[in-house]
Amino acid sequence: MSDRLTIDEVAHVAKLARLALTTDELRVAADQLGGMLEHFDDIDELDLTQIAPMTQPYHLVNVMREDVEADTLDRDEVLAAAPEADGGRFRVPSGGGAS
Amino acid sequence: MSTAAMKSPAWTFDGWEMVVGLEVHVELATRTKLFSASPNRFGDEPNTNIDPVTLGLPGALPVLNRHAVELAMRIGLALNCTVQRCTFARKNYFYPDMPKAFQISQLDEPLNIDGYLDLPDGSRVGIERAHMEEDAGKSTHIGGADGRVAGAEYSLIDLNRAGVPLVEIVSRPDIRSPEQAKAYVSELRAILLAIGASDAKMEEGSMRVDANVSVRRPGSELGTRCEVKNVNSVRSVGRAIEYEARRQIQLLEHGEAVRQQTRHWSDGEGRTHTLRDKEDADDYRYFLEPDLVPVEPSADWIQSVRASLPMLPAARRVRLAEAAGLEAGAESVAVIVERGQDDYVLAVAAAGGDVGRAVVHVQQAFAEQPAEPLVPAADLAVLTSMEVANEVTATQAKTLIERLLADRGGDAKALAAALGFEAMGTSELGSLIDAAIDAEPDAWAKFCAGDGKAMGALVGHIMKSSKGQADGKLVSQLLNQRKTPTTG
Amino acid sequence: MADQPRTVLEIAAGVRSGTLSAVAVLEEYLAVISAREGEVHAFNLVLADDARERAAAIDADVHAGRDPGPLAGVPIALKDNMCTRGVPTTCSSKILAGWKPPYDATVVTRLAAAGAVTVGKTNLDEFAMGSSTENSAFGPTLNPLDTSRVAGGSSGGSAAAVAAGFAALSFGSDTGGSIRQPAALCGVVGVKPTYGRVSRFGLVAFASSLDQIGPFTHTVADAALTLQVISGHDPADSTSIPEALPDYSAVLERGVAGLRVGRITDLPAGADDDVSARLDAAFAALAAAGATIVDVTVPAFTYGLTAYYIIAPAEASSNLARYDGVRYGLRVDAADTDAMYMATRTAGFGDEVKRRIMLGTYALSAGYYDAYYGKALRIRRLMTQDFDAAYQHCDVMLTPTAPTTAFPLGAKTSDPLAMYLCDTYTIPSNLTGHPAMTVPFGVGDDGLPVGVQILAPSLGEPVMLQVAAGLERAAS
Ligand SMILES: [Mg+2]
Ligand SMILES: [Zn+2]
Repeated sequence: MSDRLTIDEVAHVAKLARLALTTDELRVAADQLGGMLEHFDDIDELDLTQIAPMTQPYHLVNVMREDVEADTLDRDEVLAAAPEADGGRFRVPSGGGAS
Repeated sequence: MSTAAMKSPAWTFDGWEMVVGLEVHVELATRTKLFSASPNRFGDEPNTNIDPVTLGLPGALPVLNRHAVELAMRIGLALNCTVQRCTFARKNYFYPDMPKAFQISQLDEPLNIDGYLDLPDGSRVGIERAHMEEDAGKSTHIGGADGRVAGAEYSLIDLNRAGVPLVEIVSRPDIRSPEQAKAYVSELRAILLAIGASDAKMEEGSMRVDANVSVRRPGSELGTRCEVKNVNSVRSVGRAIEYEARRQIQLLEHGEAVRQQTRHWSDGEGRTHTLRDKEDADDYRYFLEPDLVPVEPSADWIQSVRASLPMLPAARRVRLAEAAGLEAGAESVAVIVERGQDDYVLAVAAAGGDVGRAVVHVQQAFAEQPAEPLVPAADLAVLTSMEVANEVTATQAKTLIERLLADRGGDAKALAAALGFEAMGTSELGSLIDAAIDAEPDAWAKFCAGDGKAMGALVGHIMKSSKGQADGKLVSQLLNQRKTPTTG
Repeated sequence: MADQPRTVLEIAAGVRSGTLSAVAVLEEYLAVISAREGEVHAFNLVLADDARERAAAIDADVHAGRDPGPLAGVPIALKDNMCTRGVPTTCSSKILAGWKPPYDATVVTRLAAAGAVTVGKTNLDEFAMGSSTENSAFGPTLNPLDTSRVAGGSSGGSAAAVAAGFAALSFGSDTGGSIRQPAALCGVVGVKPTYGRVSRFGLVAFASSLDQIGPFTHTVADAALTLQVISGHDPADSTSIPEALPDYSAVLERGVAGLRVGRITDLPAGADDDVSARLDAAFAALAAAGATIVDVTVPAFTYGLTAYYIIAPAEASSNLARYDGVRYGLRVDAADTDAMYMATRTAGFGDEVKRRIMLGTYALSAGYYDAYYGKALRIRRLMTQDFDAAYQHCDVMLTPTAPTTAFPLGAKTSDPLAMYLCDTYTIPSNLTGHPAMTVPFGVGDDGLPVGVQILAPSLGEPVMLQVAAGLERAAS
C-alpha cells in the first residue's frame, strides 16, 4: 500500500476533474496513483535546472489564418444531437457549477 | 504631455482612501472568431455562429486569427505597451458556456505589457498587461433572482459569443476616485473607437469592466481587495466603486475584516452581492496550449501597425487646446474631441474663422451633428468673424447658427442682412437708454449710488425695448459713461 | 482470398488499370470479416453497405476513364477516434456512444480523395488509453494469430484488422506506441510519422503534443505509399509541418549499404530474451546487407516512461474535460450542473480513463505543477537533446518495439504500471516527435510475431523506410 497520497488529496483531485468516487474507489485510487508517483521518483535524481521545458516537439511560430468567414454548422442538426435543447439553445440544470 | 494640471479630487472618507485597479474585457471588431471561422456578430439567432471549434467538438483544433492579433497589437501600442513574443495557455474550469471546459488565454507571456493611459485630468494610470483570450458563450438563468445563477431552475446556453476574440486590459492599482475610474473607462473607450479595435458598447457587453477595490489609510499597506463584476456602464463604474469602498470602510470601522471575494454589482439595488469567496477559488491548472504555437511579432509588423494608428484623443485634445488657447483639460475641448469634431473646429480656423467662438458654438450647438458637421467650416468661419467684429450680437449669432444648422450651411452675412441683424449703433442706443432711465428711476438712482446690481434692471429694460438687437457689452459701457458724464 | 494477402499496391494498381474490380476486392474482405470478426472483434462498426456503394462508384470512375486515385479501391479500416461525418465515432467510450461527427477528419478526407474504401471503424482502448485494447467499453479485441491473447493497443482493432485480412490497410493513432506496439504484437508493419507530418484535425485528442496518426500495412512499400497520401501540410492544424513531402517510395530499393545503424547501449532492460534475440538478428541482418552498426547512448531514454505518464495524462485531463453532458454525447441527469457533470463523467468514463484524468489533474494542480509537469517538460527536452546527439553518430537506431510478444488477455489489467511498461521502447519518439516504425522480424519462443522498431531523427521517414525495407527483405 502506498501512502504517497491521502484520501483527501485524491478526493480533491476527483472534485477538480468532476468525477464521483466512492470511498472504496478513493482508497484504491490513492494506492494506485501513489504507486505511480513513487515510480516517478526516478526523475528526482536528475538536475534539470539548466534545461528549458519543451512543450511541443516541432518548432513552429506565427501560424495564423486570415479573418475570413467559413460555413457554420446547422443549428438544428447540432441541437438534435444535444442531450437537452430548448428554444434554439442548449439546456442544463442550473446552479452548482457557478464560476 | 497633457498641458492640463487639475487632477480629479482624491476621494477620501473618514480618512480612508480607495485603491482601485480595473480589468476591462473588450471584444475585438473582427469578422470571425479568435480560433475559428464562424462569424463574430452580436445579436444573431442563438447558436447560429457555431462550428466544431466553437462547440468544442472532439477532434476540433484552434487556428489563430491574424486580424485579431493585429487589433490586440493596436490596443497595446495605443496604450504605450511593449509588444512581445507571446504564448497561449489553457485555463481549465467547468462551466456550461465554456465548451471545451477550458478558456484559451495568455498567462506568463501576454502580447502587450507595461503601458500607461493618460487621462484628460492629467493623471496617468499604469497598464500592467493587455492579453488575448477567447470569450465564453452566454448563459441565461431561468427562474433565478435578477438573472443570476443562484436559485435558477435551469440555464439556456447560446454559444454565438463563445470564441469571440477578447483583449483583457489590466490596469495597475493606480485609481483613487470614482471620477478617475470613470475617466479611465471613458478615455479607454475613446481610444478603442479611435483605433477601430472594438465598437466598445458597454450595453451590448462588447466592453466589460471588473473593478478590484480595496481601501487603506493613505500611505499604509494595501488592504484586502474584492473584485466587483457586472459593471455595465461608465456611470455604474463610479457607483459600484464608491459603494464597495464604503462597504469595506464600514467593515473596518467596525473592527471587522474584509474577506477577499468576487462580488456582483446590482445596478438596480445600487449595491454589491457576494458571488463567491476567493478562498474556495478554482484551481485553474494552467498549462501551455499544445494545439497552438507562439506568436513572435516581427519588428516590421509592430512598426507597420504603429504607423497605421490614428492620432489618439489625448494628442487631439492638446492640439485643439493649443489652437484655442485653452487648457487641454477644458471640458469644451474634451467634449469636442470625444465627438470627433476637433478637426472641424480647426478647419473653421483655417478658413479664417475665430477658434474660440467656433469652440463655443460647436460645443453648445453641434451635439447632434456628426464628426464632420453638415455646416461647411467656411460658413461657420464667416459667422465667427462677424461676431468678433461686433457685427452681430450673441443673441443674433445664436439665431444665425440655428439657421445654418437647419439649412446645412449658408452665407451668414446675407442671412444677417435678411433678418435685419446688425448691432445697434451708439446713437440709437442713446435714446433707448434715456427711455430706460425714465422707466426705472429707482434703479438708476441706486446704480449712480454705486449699486452695480441695479444695472441689471436697466440693461434688461433696454434689451427688451431693442428686441435683443442691442449689444449687452456696449449697453453697460454706455451706462457707466452716463453715470459719470464727461463735459466737452 | 489469396494465401499471400493482397498488398495495397496490387489492389490500387489493379483497380486503376481495370484488371481488378473494387467491388470484387471489397467482397473478398467482407467475406473474411463475416467469417472471423465474431472471434476477433476488431470493429466497433462495419460499414458494408456504404463500402459497397463506394466501391461501385470507384469501378464506375475507372470505366468512365477517371482515375480514382493512388488508393483506388483499397479497403481500409479507421480507428474509431477519427471523425467521420455522419458515422458514429465513439473512441470506444460510453460517453460518446451514438455521437455522429458533423465533419470529417483531414485524414479521412484525403483517403476518400485517394479512392480508398472504408469498411469500418475499429476498436481501441477507451480514448486510446491503454496497451491491449482491453479498456474498450465494447469489449476487447483479440489477437487474430492467437485469440487467447491481446492484439496490443491502443490501436488493437486496426492492427488486428490488417493481420486478420479484414482490410488491406488500416489507421491508428500513436501517442506512446499505440500504433507500433499492436502492429508488433499482430505481426504487421506500423508507422508513427514525425509529429506534425500528418494532420490531427478530426483526430479525437488524447494528448495533443504526442498524438500522431499512422498506417498499418503488410509491407513497407504499402506504408510508404500510404504516408505519401496522408502526410502534408494542413492549415486546419496549427502544429502541421509546412515543409514539402519527399517521395517516400523512391528510397525503398536502395538497400542499407553504408548506412549507420545505432545500437543503444544504455537501453532500459525489460525485453524478454526471445525478443532481444530477434533484435540482435536484425542488427546482424543489416550488417550483412552492408550497414555499419554503431554503439550509441541515450541516457535520458530510461526517464521516458515517467515523463510520458505525467505529460500525457496532464494533457488528457484537459482534453477530456469537454465531455460534460452539455452539448453532445452522454448525459446523466442530476439536480444541478455540477452534479450532472459528476454523474455523466463518472458513468461515461472507464477506470483507466478516470485513472489518467486524475493523475493528470494532480500533476497540473496547484503546488504540484513544478514537481511533476514542469519536470516532465524538461526531461522531454533532455531526451530530445540526447537523441540529437546520438544521431550525430548514426542514421537510425533499432530497439525492440515491445518488451514481449502478445500476452494473454487479463495478464496486466490488474496492474496499471505493468501495462504502462509495455510502452518503454515506443514512448521516447512521441516525446521527441521523431518518426518511428515497427516491422515484423520473425517470431518468439511462443511462435508469435516479434517486431523490431526503427527510430529516425525528425523528418527522417525516408531513411527509416529505407532501413525497414532492408529488414523486410532480410526477414522474408
Ligand atoms: Mg481576469
Ligand atoms: Zn479575462
